[in-house]
Amino acid sequence: MLEARDLEATRGDRTLFSGVSFSLAPGGLLRVTGANGRGKTTLLRALCGLLLPAAGVVRWKGQNIRALREEYWAHLLYIGHANALKDDLTPEENLAFASRIGGITVSRDRVHAALTRFGLGGRERLPVRALSQGQRRRATLARLAVAEAATLWILDEPFAALDTAGIGLVQSMAGEHLARGGMVVLTTHQDARVAAASVIDINL
Amino acid sequence: MSIAPTTPSLRDTPPRAGGEFSVLRAVIHRDLLLALRRRSDLATVLLFFVIVVSLFPFGVGPEPNLLRAIAPGVIWVAALLSCMLALARLFAADFADGALEQMLLSPTPLGLIVAGKVAAHWLTSGLPLVAIGPVLALQFDLDQSLLGVLALSLLIGTPVLSLIGAIGAALTLGLRGGGVLLALLVLPLYVPVLIIGAGALDAAGAGLSALPHLLLLAALLVLAAVFTPWAIAASLRISAE
Repeated sequence: MLEARDLEATRGDRTLFSGVSFSLAPGGLLRVTGANGRGKTTLLRALCGLLLPAAGVVRWKGQNIRALREEYWAHLLYIGHANALKDDLTPEENLAFASRIGGITVSRDRVHAALTRFGLGGRERLPVRALSQGQRRRATLARLAVAEAATLWILDEPFAALDTAGIGLVQSMAGEHLARGGMVVLTTHQDARVAAASVIDINL
Repeated sequence: MSIAPTTPSLRDTPPRAGGEFSVLRAVIHRDLLLALRRRSDLATVLLFFVIVVSLFPFGVGPEPNLLRAIAPGVIWVAALLSCMLALARLFAADFADGALEQMLLSPTPLGLIVAGKVAAHWLTSGLPLVAIGPVLALQFDLDQSLLGVLALSLLIGTPVLSLIGAIGAALTLGLRGGGVLLALLVLPLYVPVLIIGAGALDAAGAGLSALPHLLLLAALLVLAAVFTPWAIAASLRISAE
Protein backbone atom coordinates (compact mmCIF):
# COMPACT_ATOMS: atom_id res chain seq x y z
CA MET A 1 0.00 0.00 0.00
CA LEU A 2 1.28 3.42 -0.93
CA GLU A 3 0.58 6.26 1.44
CA ALA A 4 1.49 9.93 1.35
CA ARG A 5 1.10 12.37 4.23
CA ASP A 6 1.12 16.15 3.82
CA LEU A 7 3.57 16.21 0.94
CA GLU A 8 4.91 19.60 0.05
CA ALA A 9 7.29 20.57 -2.70
CA THR A 10 8.93 23.86 -3.48
CA ARG A 11 10.84 25.25 -6.40
CA GLY A 12 13.06 28.09 -5.33
CA ASP A 13 10.90 30.07 -2.91
CA ARG A 14 7.66 29.11 -4.63
CA THR A 15 5.49 26.36 -3.22
CA LEU A 16 4.44 23.95 -5.95
CA PHE A 17 1.94 22.05 -3.85
CA SER A 18 1.37 21.36 -0.19
CA GLY A 19 -0.75 19.13 1.98
CA VAL A 20 -1.01 16.30 -0.55
CA SER A 21 -2.21 13.20 1.25
CA PHE A 22 -3.64 9.97 -0.06
CA SER A 23 -3.65 6.30 0.60
CA LEU A 24 -3.58 3.92 -2.34
CA ALA A 25 -4.69 0.34 -1.74
CA PRO A 26 -4.00 -2.66 -3.99
CA GLY A 27 -6.18 -2.39 -7.09
CA GLY A 28 -6.34 1.37 -6.73
CA LEU A 29 -5.65 3.99 -9.36
CA LEU A 30 -4.31 7.44 -8.56
CA ARG A 31 -4.81 10.07 -11.25
CA VAL A 32 -2.84 13.27 -10.94
CA THR A 33 -4.09 16.15 -13.04
CA GLY A 34 -3.23 19.82 -13.18
CA ALA A 35 -2.03 22.54 -15.51
CA ASN A 36 1.54 22.69 -16.78
CA GLY A 37 4.07 23.62 -14.15
CA ARG A 38 1.89 22.70 -11.17
CA GLY A 39 4.25 19.99 -10.01
CA LYS A 40 2.80 16.74 -11.33
CA THR A 41 6.20 15.36 -12.27
CA THR A 42 7.65 16.63 -9.00
CA LEU A 43 4.96 14.78 -7.07
CA LEU A 44 5.66 11.57 -8.97
CA ARG A 45 9.39 11.90 -8.42
CA ALA A 46 8.76 12.40 -4.72
CA LEU A 47 6.60 9.27 -4.67
CA CYS A 48 9.45 7.34 -6.31
CA GLY A 49 11.99 8.61 -3.82
CA LEU A 50 14.02 10.44 -6.47
CA LEU A 51 13.34 13.72 -4.74
CA LEU A 52 13.10 14.63 -1.11
CA PRO A 53 9.84 16.51 -0.51
CA ALA A 54 10.10 19.81 1.41
CA ALA A 55 7.70 18.33 3.95
CA GLY A 56 5.71 15.18 4.45
CA VAL A 57 6.44 11.52 4.12
CA VAL A 58 5.79 8.71 1.65
CA ARG A 59 5.19 5.26 3.09
CA TRP A 60 5.14 1.85 1.44
CA LYS A 61 3.35 -0.78 3.52
CA GLY A 62 3.64 1.51 6.51
CA GLN A 63 7.37 2.16 6.24
CA ASN A 64 9.08 5.30 5.06
CA ILE A 65 10.44 4.78 1.53
CA ARG A 66 13.58 6.67 2.58
CA ALA A 67 14.36 3.77 4.88
CA LEU A 68 13.22 1.01 2.53
CA ARG A 69 15.11 2.25 -0.55
CA GLU A 70 16.04 -0.78 -2.71
CA GLU A 71 13.38 -2.88 -1.00
CA TYR A 72 10.75 -0.39 -2.18
CA TRP A 73 12.24 0.05 -5.63
CA ALA A 74 12.06 -3.70 -6.20
CA HIS A 75 8.28 -3.24 -6.25
CA LEU A 76 8.29 -0.12 -8.36
CA LEU A 77 8.12 0.52 -12.07
CA TYR A 78 8.63 4.18 -12.92
CA ILE A 79 8.27 5.54 -16.42
CA GLY A 80 9.25 9.18 -16.53
CA HIS A 81 8.37 11.66 -19.20
CA ALA A 82 11.85 11.12 -20.63
CA ASN A 83 11.99 7.86 -22.52
CA ALA A 84 15.26 6.56 -21.05
CA LEU A 85 16.08 5.03 -24.43
CA LYS A 86 19.53 4.97 -25.97
CA ASP A 87 19.47 6.21 -29.56
CA ASP A 88 22.29 3.88 -30.55
CA LEU A 89 20.69 0.74 -29.15
CA THR A 90 17.75 -1.17 -30.60
CA PRO A 91 14.37 -1.32 -28.83
CA GLU A 92 15.19 -4.93 -28.02
CA GLU A 93 18.47 -4.03 -26.31
CA ASN A 94 16.91 -1.06 -24.55
CA LEU A 95 14.05 -3.11 -23.16
CA ALA A 96 16.28 -5.97 -22.04
CA PHE A 97 18.61 -3.55 -20.25
CA ALA A 98 15.83 -1.50 -18.66
CA SER A 99 14.26 -4.67 -17.26
CA ARG A 100 17.60 -5.91 -15.98
CA ILE A 101 18.24 -2.63 -14.19
CA GLY A 102 14.69 -2.84 -12.85
CA GLY A 103 15.56 -6.19 -11.31
CA ILE A 104 14.01 -8.63 -13.77
CA THR A 105 15.82 -10.80 -16.26
CA VAL A 106 13.61 -11.20 -19.28
CA SER A 107 14.05 -13.82 -21.97
CA ARG A 108 14.50 -12.77 -25.57
CA ASP A 109 11.11 -14.22 -26.47
CA ARG A 110 9.34 -12.15 -23.85
CA VAL A 111 11.14 -9.02 -25.03
CA HIS A 112 9.96 -9.75 -28.57
CA ALA A 113 6.43 -10.49 -27.43
CA ALA A 114 6.33 -7.23 -25.45
CA LEU A 115 7.60 -5.16 -28.36
CA THR A 116 5.20 -6.87 -30.76
CA ARG A 117 2.33 -6.16 -28.40
CA PHE A 118 3.29 -2.51 -28.59
CA GLY A 119 3.33 -2.58 -32.37
CA LEU A 120 7.08 -2.62 -32.80
CA GLY A 121 7.25 -6.10 -34.33
CA GLY A 122 9.79 -6.05 -37.15
CA ARG A 123 11.48 -2.97 -35.72
CA GLU A 124 13.26 -4.65 -32.81
CA ARG A 125 16.58 -4.49 -34.61
CA LEU A 126 16.46 -0.87 -35.75
CA PRO A 127 18.36 1.68 -33.69
CA VAL A 128 15.96 3.82 -31.65
CA ARG A 129 17.31 6.82 -33.56
CA ALA A 130 15.31 5.62 -36.58
CA LEU A 131 11.99 5.51 -34.71
CA SER A 132 9.32 8.20 -34.54
CA GLN A 133 8.35 9.93 -31.28
CA GLY A 134 5.31 7.73 -30.86
CA GLN A 135 7.29 4.58 -31.55
CA ARG A 136 9.90 5.62 -29.00
CA ARG A 137 7.20 6.08 -26.39
CA ARG A 138 5.88 2.64 -27.28
CA ALA A 139 9.37 1.14 -26.95
CA THR A 140 9.58 2.64 -23.45
CA LEU A 141 6.09 1.57 -22.44
CA ALA A 142 6.79 -1.99 -23.61
CA ARG A 143 8.29 -2.37 -20.13
CA LEU A 144 4.71 -2.59 -18.86
CA ALA A 145 4.35 -5.91 -20.66
CA VAL A 146 7.25 -7.51 -18.78
CA ALA A 147 6.70 -5.86 -15.40
CA GLU A 148 3.80 -7.76 -13.85
CA ALA A 149 6.04 -8.43 -10.88
CA ALA A 150 6.36 -4.73 -10.04
CA THR A 151 3.35 -4.01 -7.85
CA LEU A 152 3.38 -0.25 -8.18
CA TRP A 153 3.42 1.46 -11.56
CA ILE A 154 4.19 5.17 -11.57
CA LEU A 155 3.68 6.58 -15.04
CA ASP A 156 4.43 10.18 -15.96
CA GLU A 157 2.38 11.26 -18.97
CA PRO A 158 2.24 7.74 -20.41
CA PHE A 159 -0.09 8.83 -23.22
CA ALA A 160 2.07 11.65 -24.55
CA ALA A 161 2.94 11.15 -28.23
CA LEU A 162 0.81 7.97 -28.43
CA ASP A 163 -1.91 7.42 -31.02
CA THR A 164 -5.43 6.30 -30.07
CA ALA A 165 -4.57 2.62 -30.37
CA GLY A 166 -1.50 3.11 -28.19
CA ILE A 167 -3.50 4.95 -25.54
CA GLY A 168 -6.09 2.17 -25.58
CA LEU A 169 -3.36 -0.44 -25.13
CA VAL A 170 -1.77 1.33 -22.16
CA GLN A 171 -5.19 1.85 -20.58
CA SER A 172 -6.08 -1.81 -20.92
CA MET A 173 -2.68 -2.90 -19.56
CA ALA A 174 -3.10 -0.61 -16.58
CA GLY A 175 -6.59 -2.10 -16.10
CA GLU A 176 -5.16 -5.63 -16.14
CA HIS A 177 -2.49 -4.62 -13.65
CA LEU A 178 -5.11 -3.21 -11.28
CA ALA A 179 -7.21 -6.35 -11.66
CA ARG A 180 -4.14 -8.38 -10.60
CA GLY A 181 -4.01 -6.33 -7.41
CA GLY A 182 -1.39 -3.88 -8.59
CA MET A 183 -1.44 -0.13 -8.11
CA VAL A 184 -1.12 2.56 -10.75
CA VAL A 185 -0.23 6.23 -10.36
CA LEU A 186 -0.39 8.32 -13.50
CA THR A 187 -0.41 11.91 -14.64
CA THR A 188 -2.30 12.86 -17.73
CA HIS A 189 -3.96 15.71 -19.55
CA GLN A 190 -6.28 13.32 -21.29
CA ASP A 191 -9.21 11.55 -19.79
CA ALA A 192 -7.69 8.26 -18.63
CA ARG A 193 -10.27 5.52 -19.03
CA VAL A 194 -8.76 2.80 -16.91
CA ALA A 195 -10.99 0.14 -15.39
CA ALA A 196 -10.29 0.39 -11.68
CA ALA A 197 -11.98 -0.75 -8.49
CA SER A 198 -11.12 2.48 -6.73
CA VAL A 199 -9.92 5.76 -8.17
CA ILE A 200 -8.34 8.67 -6.35
CA ASP A 201 -8.11 11.97 -8.18
CA ILE A 202 -5.63 14.64 -7.21
CA ASN A 203 -5.82 17.98 -8.93
CA LEU A 204 -2.75 20.07 -8.28
CA MET B 1 -10.13 2.00 3.12
CA SER B 2 -10.48 -1.58 1.99
CA ILE B 3 -7.68 -3.89 1.04
CA ALA B 4 -8.53 -5.65 -2.18
CA PRO B 5 -7.69 -9.35 -2.37
CA THR B 6 -4.40 -9.92 -4.12
CA THR B 7 -2.26 -12.84 -5.03
CA PRO B 8 0.44 -13.31 -2.40
CA SER B 9 3.13 -13.80 -5.02
CA LEU B 10 2.50 -10.33 -6.36
CA ARG B 11 2.69 -8.58 -3.03
CA ASP B 12 5.40 -10.37 -1.20
CA THR B 13 8.18 -11.39 -3.51
CA PRO B 14 10.42 -8.68 -4.83
CA PRO B 15 10.75 -9.07 -8.59
CA ARG B 16 14.37 -10.01 -8.45
CA ALA B 17 15.98 -12.71 -10.50
CA GLY B 18 19.61 -13.43 -11.25
CA GLY B 19 22.51 -12.28 -9.13
CA GLU B 20 23.33 -8.66 -8.61
CA PHE B 21 26.59 -9.19 -10.42
CA SER B 22 24.67 -10.00 -13.56
CA VAL B 23 23.49 -6.39 -13.42
CA LEU B 24 27.12 -5.28 -13.20
CA ARG B 25 27.86 -7.34 -16.29
CA ALA B 26 24.83 -5.96 -18.09
CA VAL B 27 25.90 -2.36 -17.37
CA ILE B 28 29.44 -2.97 -18.63
CA HIS B 29 28.10 -4.74 -21.69
CA ARG B 30 25.68 -1.93 -22.51
CA ASP B 31 28.24 0.84 -22.11
CA LEU B 32 30.78 -1.03 -24.21
CA LEU B 33 28.14 -1.58 -26.87
CA LEU B 34 27.30 2.12 -26.84
CA ALA B 35 30.99 3.02 -27.09
CA LEU B 36 31.38 0.63 -29.99
CA ARG B 37 28.51 2.27 -31.84
CA ARG B 38 30.00 5.72 -31.21
CA ARG B 39 33.59 5.04 -32.02
CA SER B 40 34.32 8.66 -32.86
CA ASP B 41 34.02 9.57 -29.17
CA LEU B 42 36.73 7.07 -28.34
CA ALA B 43 38.96 8.30 -31.13
CA THR B 44 38.81 11.91 -29.91
CA VAL B 45 40.15 10.98 -26.46
CA LEU B 46 42.94 8.87 -27.92
CA LEU B 47 43.93 11.49 -30.48
CA PHE B 48 43.95 14.14 -27.76
CA PHE B 49 46.38 12.01 -25.76
CA VAL B 50 48.60 11.43 -28.80
CA ILE B 51 48.65 15.11 -29.76
CA VAL B 52 49.32 16.47 -26.26
CA VAL B 53 52.21 14.05 -25.76
CA SER B 54 53.60 14.81 -29.22
CA LEU B 55 53.52 18.59 -28.69
CA PHE B 56 56.29 18.48 -26.10
CA PRO B 57 59.11 17.21 -28.33
CA PHE B 58 58.21 20.01 -30.77
CA GLY B 59 58.23 22.62 -28.05
CA VAL B 60 61.30 21.47 -26.20
CA GLY B 61 63.41 20.73 -29.26
CA PRO B 62 65.67 17.81 -30.06
CA GLU B 63 67.56 17.46 -26.83
CA PRO B 64 67.55 13.77 -25.97
CA ASN B 65 68.58 14.17 -22.35
CA LEU B 66 65.92 16.73 -21.58
CA LEU B 67 63.26 14.71 -23.39
CA ARG B 68 64.21 11.56 -21.53
CA ALA B 69 63.93 13.44 -18.26
CA ILE B 70 60.48 14.92 -18.90
CA ALA B 71 58.95 11.86 -20.59
CA PRO B 72 57.34 10.28 -17.49
CA GLY B 73 55.78 13.55 -16.37
CA VAL B 74 54.53 14.50 -19.81
CA ILE B 75 52.94 11.15 -20.51
CA TRP B 76 51.31 11.03 -17.10
CA VAL B 77 49.96 14.58 -17.31
CA ALA B 78 48.59 13.86 -20.77
CA ALA B 79 46.93 10.72 -19.40
CA LEU B 80 45.27 12.77 -16.62
CA LEU B 81 43.98 15.32 -19.10
CA SER B 82 42.57 12.82 -21.57
CA CYS B 83 41.00 10.82 -18.78
CA MET B 84 39.28 13.98 -17.60
CA LEU B 85 38.14 14.84 -21.10
CA ALA B 86 36.31 11.54 -21.31
CA LEU B 87 34.80 11.93 -17.82
CA ALA B 88 32.41 14.70 -18.80
CA ARG B 89 30.48 12.14 -20.84
CA LEU B 90 30.36 9.45 -18.18
CA PHE B 91 26.91 10.23 -16.79
CA ALA B 92 25.77 13.14 -18.98
CA ALA B 93 23.94 11.10 -21.62
CA ASP B 94 22.17 8.90 -19.08
CA PHE B 95 21.20 12.02 -17.14
CA ALA B 96 19.80 13.75 -20.22
CA ASP B 97 17.71 10.86 -21.54
CA GLY B 98 16.31 9.64 -18.22
CA ALA B 99 18.27 6.37 -18.06
CA LEU B 100 19.99 7.60 -14.92
CA GLU B 101 16.66 7.87 -13.08
CA GLN B 102 16.05 4.23 -13.87
CA MET B 103 19.44 3.35 -12.38
CA LEU B 104 18.68 5.39 -9.26
CA LEU B 105 15.44 3.42 -8.84
CA SER B 106 17.04 0.03 -9.36
CA PRO B 107 16.68 -2.64 -6.67
CA THR B 108 20.36 -3.34 -7.32
CA PRO B 109 22.63 -1.20 -5.11
CA LEU B 110 23.55 1.93 -7.07
CA GLY B 111 27.22 1.53 -6.12
CA LEU B 112 27.36 -1.66 -8.14
CA ILE B 113 25.77 -0.10 -11.22
CA VAL B 114 28.13 2.83 -10.95
CA ALA B 115 31.10 0.48 -10.64
CA GLY B 116 30.00 -1.11 -13.90
CA LYS B 117 29.79 2.26 -15.63
CA VAL B 118 33.24 3.28 -14.41
CA ALA B 119 34.69 -0.09 -15.45
CA ALA B 120 33.30 0.34 -18.96
CA HIS B 121 34.58 3.90 -19.01
CA TRP B 122 38.07 2.76 -18.09
CA LEU B 123 38.03 -0.04 -20.67
CA THR B 124 37.22 2.46 -23.40
CA SER B 125 39.25 5.48 -22.32
CA GLY B 126 41.94 4.24 -19.89
CA LEU B 127 43.05 0.93 -21.32
CA PRO B 128 43.87 2.36 -24.78
CA LEU B 129 46.23 4.83 -23.07
CA VAL B 130 48.06 1.92 -21.48
CA ALA B 131 48.61 0.43 -24.91
CA ILE B 132 49.57 3.64 -26.66
CA GLY B 133 51.63 5.28 -23.91
CA PRO B 134 54.77 3.16 -24.41
CA VAL B 135 54.62 3.76 -28.17
CA LEU B 136 54.52 7.52 -27.64
CA ALA B 137 57.37 7.23 -25.15
CA LEU B 138 59.62 6.31 -28.07
CA GLN B 139 59.37 9.93 -29.23
CA PHE B 140 61.15 10.85 -26.00
CA ASP B 141 63.85 8.24 -26.47
CA LEU B 142 62.76 6.66 -23.21
CA ASP B 143 64.94 3.68 -22.36
CA GLN B 144 63.34 0.45 -23.58
CA SER B 145 63.63 -1.16 -20.18
CA LEU B 146 61.36 1.57 -18.83
CA LEU B 147 58.54 0.96 -21.31
CA GLY B 148 57.27 -2.00 -19.31
CA VAL B 149 57.25 0.06 -16.10
CA LEU B 150 55.39 2.85 -17.90
CA ALA B 151 52.72 0.48 -19.20
CA LEU B 152 52.37 -1.15 -15.77
CA SER B 153 52.09 2.16 -13.93
CA LEU B 154 49.45 3.35 -16.39
CA LEU B 155 47.62 0.05 -16.08
CA ILE B 156 47.35 0.40 -12.30
CA GLY B 157 47.01 4.19 -12.23
CA THR B 158 44.39 4.97 -14.89
CA PRO B 159 41.57 3.03 -13.15
CA VAL B 160 42.20 5.21 -10.09
CA LEU B 161 41.81 8.28 -12.32
CA SER B 162 38.50 6.96 -13.65
CA LEU B 163 37.19 6.15 -10.17
CA ILE B 164 38.15 9.47 -8.57
CA GLY B 165 37.08 11.45 -11.62
CA ALA B 166 33.66 9.82 -11.62
CA ILE B 167 32.91 11.48 -8.25
CA GLY B 168 33.55 14.84 -9.87
CA ALA B 169 31.51 13.90 -12.93
CA ALA B 170 28.61 12.91 -10.67
CA LEU B 171 28.80 16.12 -8.62
CA THR B 172 28.92 18.45 -11.64
CA LEU B 173 26.12 16.65 -13.46
CA GLY B 174 23.67 19.02 -15.09
CA LEU B 175 25.56 22.15 -14.07
CA ARG B 176 26.27 24.89 -16.57
CA GLY B 177 29.98 25.07 -17.26
CA GLY B 178 30.32 21.71 -15.59
CA GLY B 179 33.31 20.82 -17.73
CA VAL B 180 35.62 23.47 -16.29
CA LEU B 181 34.33 22.92 -12.79
CA LEU B 182 35.02 19.22 -13.21
CA ALA B 183 38.64 19.99 -14.08
CA LEU B 184 39.05 22.27 -11.05
CA LEU B 185 37.49 19.68 -8.81
CA VAL B 186 39.24 16.59 -10.08
CA LEU B 187 42.73 17.60 -11.19
CA PRO B 188 43.99 18.39 -7.66
CA LEU B 189 42.78 14.98 -6.55
CA TYR B 190 44.85 13.40 -9.31
CA VAL B 191 48.11 14.76 -7.87
CA PRO B 192 48.99 11.70 -5.72
CA VAL B 193 48.48 9.36 -8.68
CA LEU B 194 50.62 11.63 -10.85
CA ILE B 195 53.44 11.80 -8.32
CA ILE B 196 53.50 8.08 -7.66
CA GLY B 197 52.98 7.08 -11.30
CA ALA B 198 55.70 9.33 -12.70
CA GLY B 199 57.84 8.51 -9.65
CA ALA B 200 57.82 4.83 -10.60
CA LEU B 201 59.49 5.71 -13.88
CA ASP B 202 61.97 8.09 -12.27
CA ALA B 203 62.96 5.41 -9.79
CA ALA B 204 63.36 2.78 -12.50
CA GLY B 205 65.34 5.26 -14.62
CA ALA B 206 67.71 5.86 -11.72
CA GLY B 207 68.34 2.14 -11.47
CA LEU B 208 66.16 1.61 -8.41
CA SER B 209 63.22 -0.73 -8.12
CA ALA B 210 59.88 0.64 -9.29
CA LEU B 211 58.07 -1.88 -7.13
CA PRO B 212 57.41 0.38 -4.10
CA HIS B 213 55.76 2.99 -6.33
CA LEU B 214 53.71 0.39 -8.18
CA LEU B 215 52.59 -1.15 -4.90
CA LEU B 216 51.55 2.25 -3.62
CA LEU B 217 49.56 2.80 -6.81
CA ALA B 218 47.96 -0.61 -6.35
CA ALA B 219 47.03 0.34 -2.78
CA LEU B 220 45.41 3.53 -4.08
CA LEU B 221 43.51 1.47 -6.63
CA VAL B 222 42.19 -0.91 -3.98
CA LEU B 223 41.12 1.98 -1.76
CA ALA B 224 39.46 3.79 -4.65
CA ALA B 225 37.71 0.66 -5.90
CA VAL B 226 36.23 0.00 -2.47
CA PHE B 227 35.16 3.49 -1.46
CA THR B 228 34.54 5.63 -4.55
CA PRO B 229 31.54 3.71 -5.97
CA TRP B 230 29.51 4.64 -2.88
CA ALA B 231 30.70 8.25 -3.02
CA ILE B 232 29.79 8.38 -6.71
CA ALA B 233 26.37 6.88 -5.96
CA ALA B 234 25.70 9.44 -3.22
CA SER B 235 26.79 12.29 -5.49
CA LEU B 236 24.50 11.06 -8.26
CA ARG B 237 21.50 11.01 -5.92
CA ILE B 238 22.20 14.60 -4.94
CA SER B 239 22.73 15.77 -8.52
CA ALA B 240 19.66 14.04 -9.88
CA GLU B 241 17.27 15.42 -7.27
